[in-house]
Amino acid sequence: MAEPILELKDVQSSYGNIKALKGVSLRVFPGEIVAIIGANGAGKSTTLMAICGIVPVEKGDIRYRGESILGVTPEKLPVMGLSQVPEGRRIFPRLTVLENLELGAFYRKDRAGIQEDLERAFSWFPVLKERRRQEGGTLSGGEQQMLAIARALMSRPKVMLMDEPSLGLAPLLVQKIFDIIRDINQQEGTTILLVEQNANLALQAAERGYVLETGIVKMEDRAADLLTNPEIRKAYLGE
Amino acid sequence: MIQEFKQVWKPYAVALLWLLGLLWPLLGIHKDGTLSFNETFTVWIYIAAGSAFCLFLYLLNQSGTLKAVSSPLAGVRQTAGKATAKVPVWIWLGLLLVFALCYPIFTGRYAQDVATNVLIYICLGLGLNIVIGLAGMLDLGYIAFYGVGAYTYALLNLNYGIGFWTSLPAAATLACIAGCIIGYPTLRMRGDYLAIVTLGFGEIVRILLNNWMELTNGPNGLLGVKAPRILIPAMENGLSFEFFYLKKLHFLYYIALALAIVTIISVRHLNFSRIGRAWESIREDETAAELMGVNTFMLKLLAYAMGALFAGLAGAFFCARMRFVSPESFTFLESAMVLSMVVLGGMGSIPGVILGAAALIVLPEVFREFETYRMLVFGMSMVIMMVFRPAGLIPAKRMGKRGEEGDG
Amino acid sequence: MEYFIQQLINGITLGGLYALIALGYTMVYGVIQLINFAHGEFFAAGGYVGVIVLSYLAGNGHLETHPFLCLAASFALTMVYCAFLAMGVEKVAYKPLRLQSRLAVLLSALGMSIFLQNALMLTQGVYDKAYPSELFQGGLEFGDVTVSYLQIMMVGMTVVLLVGLNLLVFKTKIGMAMRATAQDKIMSSLVSISANRIISLTFAIGAGLAAAAGIMVGLYYGSVRYDMGFLPGIKAFAAAVLGGIGNITGAMLGGLIIGMIEIFGAGYISGQYKDVFAFIILISVLYFKPTGIMGENIDDTRV
Repeated sequence: MAEPILELKDVQSSYGNIKALKGVSLRVFPGEIVAIIGANGAGKSTTLMAICGIVPVEKGDIRYRGESILGVTPEKLPVMGLSQVPEGRRIFPRLTVLENLELGAFYRKDRAGIQEDLERAFSWFPVLKERRRQEGGTLSGGEQQMLAIARALMSRPKVMLMDEPSLGLAPLLVQKIFDIIRDINQQEGTTILLVEQNANLALQAAERGYVLETGIVKMEDRAADLLTNPEIRKAYLGE
Repeated sequence: MIQEFKQVWKPYAVALLWLLGLLWPLLGIHKDGTLSFNETFTVWIYIAAGSAFCLFLYLLNQSGTLKAVSSPLAGVRQTAGKATAKVPVWIWLGLLLVFALCYPIFTGRYAQDVATNVLIYICLGLGLNIVIGLAGMLDLGYIAFYGVGAYTYALLNLNYGIGFWTSLPAAATLACIAGCIIGYPTLRMRGDYLAIVTLGFGEIVRILLNNWMELTNGPNGLLGVKAPRILIPAMENGLSFEFFYLKKLHFLYYIALALAIVTIISVRHLNFSRIGRAWESIREDETAAELMGVNTFMLKLLAYAMGALFAGLAGAFFCARMRFVSPESFTFLESAMVLSMVVLGGMGSIPGVILGAAALIVLPEVFREFETYRMLVFGMSMVIMMVFRPAGLIPAKRMGKRGEEGDG
Repeated sequence: MEYFIQQLINGITLGGLYALIALGYTMVYGVIQLINFAHGEFFAAGGYVGVIVLSYLAGNGHLETHPFLCLAASFALTMVYCAFLAMGVEKVAYKPLRLQSRLAVLLSALGMSIFLQNALMLTQGVYDKAYPSELFQGGLEFGDVTVSYLQIMMVGMTVVLLVGLNLLVFKTKIGMAMRATAQDKIMSSLVSISANRIISLTFAIGAGLAAAAGIMVGLYYGSVRYDMGFLPGIKAFAAAVLGGIGNITGAMLGGLIIGMIEIFGAGYISGQYKDVFAFIILISVLYFKPTGIMGENIDDTRV
C-alpha cells in the first residue's frame, strides 16, 4: 500500500467552547473504505468538518495526497478531489433535484463530462431521474440521501467523506445505501471515509475502522477484527 | 513588524485605491463639463496620511514594540486598581455626588448647559438600556417615548395650565402606555424585524406629531410652555404663597441631576430584582426561559414600558427646559444617538451607559470647530467600535452572583 | 375613472422603483441575514452620481447631441459605481462582523448609513441637486390621463432590469450559486462555491439596481438630496418583507403593492400621511404573516 491519500496527525479542534477533538490521528489509503465509529458526541462529525476546514484546527495537521490542507478554505476542496455528504444530507431545499446535482459539479467546466455524470447518477438512482424537476425539500429522507450521495459524486471525487448516511432512514433503505456505497467504491475506485453510528453496517462495509471516544482514537483495526472484538461488540454492537 | 506589514500592505493599498475611485466622481466631475483631480487628491491624501499613521501604530502594537511603554503602564494601572479597590464603592459614589452637587458653583452657563444635556441623555440611555441591555430587545424608535413625554407636558401646560411636577407622572404614564401599545404587536417578532418595526413606529409617531395640526400645531411646534415652578412663601399682606419659576439654568441642572439619580437608582434596583433576573434569562435564551415558566411576553412588555417611562420623564423635563417643543427633536437620528450611547458605552452596564452618554455629548462640544464632520465621524466610529470592540467601552459584568461564584 | 387610471399608472411607476430597491434588501438578507441599513444610501448615491454624470454631459454639450447614449452611459456608470461602493462597504463594515451578534452588525450598518449620508452631504452640499430637465418633456395623453415619456422610460427600464435579474438568478449557473448560498452557506462551500464571492456579488447587484432607481427618482422629481435614502429605504424593506424576505419574486411583487398602496392611499385617503401606509403594512405583515406573501428564502440551517 502506497502513501495514505488522507492523513490526520494529532488533530485538536474545538466546537464553540467544547474541545471536541483532543488529538485524532488516522490514515486512509487510496481505494479503501474506512469507517469511524463511536458514540454520540465522540467527535466523529467534527472530524469530517475539520478535514473540510469548516471547523478550525487548533493543533496538528491534515494532509491530503501528501500536502497539508490546513487553512485551505472549504470551497477549494472539491476541486482537489475531496467531497462530502454531510450529516443531515443538506439538500438545497428550494432547488430542484437537477439543480442540486448540477451544483455538485459546480467547479467543472466540461459540459459533456457533466452530462455523462448526470446520466450515470440517474442510472445509479433511477428515482432521482423521475423526480428531477421536483424541489429538493419535497423528497423523502431516503431520496434525499441518494441525492446527497449523487451530488457528491458529481464532482468526480477521489475521496468521499460521508457523515452518518444511515441517519433517520428505514433499515431496508439503509442496506440499499450501503450496497451503493460499496458499489461506488468498487466501480469508481473512490476512497470513502465513513462516519457512522450504526457500527454494524459500517464495519461490514469497510475494510478498516477507527473507534473514536471523547475526541481521541481509542482503537484502530481491520473492520472484520473490530466486528469480532468482544469490547467493541459490547460497547457498540449491542451485545 | 516588517512581517505584519507584509501581510497587511496589500489589502491596505487596495482599500486606498478603492477609496480614491469612489471619492473622485463625487468631487472631480463638474457641471460645466470639466474633470479635475485636485480636490479629490487633497482629501484623499489627508485620509491616506491619517490612516497610514493609525496603521503604523496598529502594527507597532501588534509586533510588541509598544510593550516597552504599555507594560509598565499596565503595571501601574494594576497597582492603582488594587489600591482603589480597597476603598469601598460608596466613598467613590459619595465623592461623585458631592462633585455633581457642587458643579454649578464653579462652572459657567455653557458647562452647565452641557452637563444638563449629559444628565438627560443618561436618563434616556439608561431607559433604553433596560430594553436592550437587560431584556435583549432592539428598539430603534425609542425617541418616540421621549416625544410623548415632552408633548404631554406641553399640552397639559398650555391647555390646562398644569404645572411641571404634576405633569411628570402624567408624562410617565402616557409614555408607559405608548410603550405598551407599541410593544404589544412587536414583541413576537424576530430580532432584526423588531428593530425595523420599532423604527417604523418611531417614524409614525413623528409623522403624526408633524401633521396633526389641531393637536400639536404640526411642524411649528408648541411655544410658551412654562418652566417648572415651586411654591414659596411671600411676605406681602400676611402669609401667602406664590409661584416661583425655576428658569435659571442651575435650577434646571439640579432637577436634571435629581432625575438622573432617580433613574440610576431605579435601574439598579430593577437590575438586581427578580424581574431583572427574569429579563436576563430572556436575554440569554428566550426559549429556555419560557420553558422554565417565565412569562416572556409580559416581561418584555414590562421592559418596554419601563424604558418608555424613563424616556417620558426625560421628555417632560426637556420640554420644561426648552419651553418649546417641535417634532424635529424626535427624529430617527436621535434614536440612533441614544442607541449608540448604550452600545458604545457598554450594553447592560450602568457605568458604561453613563460614560457613553457623557462621551457622545461632550466630545462633539470639545471638537466644536469640526462640527461639519461630526456626523461623519460618528458614523465611522460606530463601525470601528463594532469591528474592534463590540462589547463597548465598559462591558457589562454578569449581573448578580451565583452561589458558587460568590466568595471567589 | 380617469383619476383611478392615472393613479394606477403612477402606482406602477413608483412600485417598480420600490421593487428595484427592495431586491437589494431581500437578496442581502437572504445570504447573510443582515438588514443592510446602508442600502438606502446606495440608492441616494445612485441618484447623486447619476446627476453628476448627466450634468457633466450636459455641461460639455454631449447630452444635447446624443441624449439616449448619454442616458444609457449614465445608468451604466452609476450602477457600476454603486456596485463598487457596496462591495467596499461590505468588506469594511460587514465582513469583519460575520461571526458577531446580529446587534453588532446591525449597528455597523447603521453607522455606515450615517457615514455615507454625511459623506454625500459633505461632498455634494446640503441643498437639493437638480437634474438637467431637458431630457424628457411631454408625454402621451388619453383624455385626462397623462403618461409622460419619463414614466414610460422608467417602467421600461424597470421591466428590463427585473427581467434581467430573473434570468440571472434562475437561469444561469452563477444565479443558481446565489440561490444555493442563500439556502445553505456551508453546503455551498462544500460544493466549491465561494461564499465571499457570492456575497460580494449580491451586494453589487443589489446596489446596482438601487442606483438605477435612484437615477430614475432624480429624473422624476427633478432633484436629489443627501437624505433621500431614508424613507424609501424603509418602505422598500417593508416591500421585501411583504413579499417574503429572501424571495426575489416576492420583492418585486411587494414593491409593486407598496407603490400602489402609497399612491392610492395618498390619492383617496390622505396625502399627508402617505408615508405611514408602508409602515402599517410592514407591521401588519410581520404580525400576521411574517414569512410574507411568497414565503421566505433564507438559510434555514442557521439557528
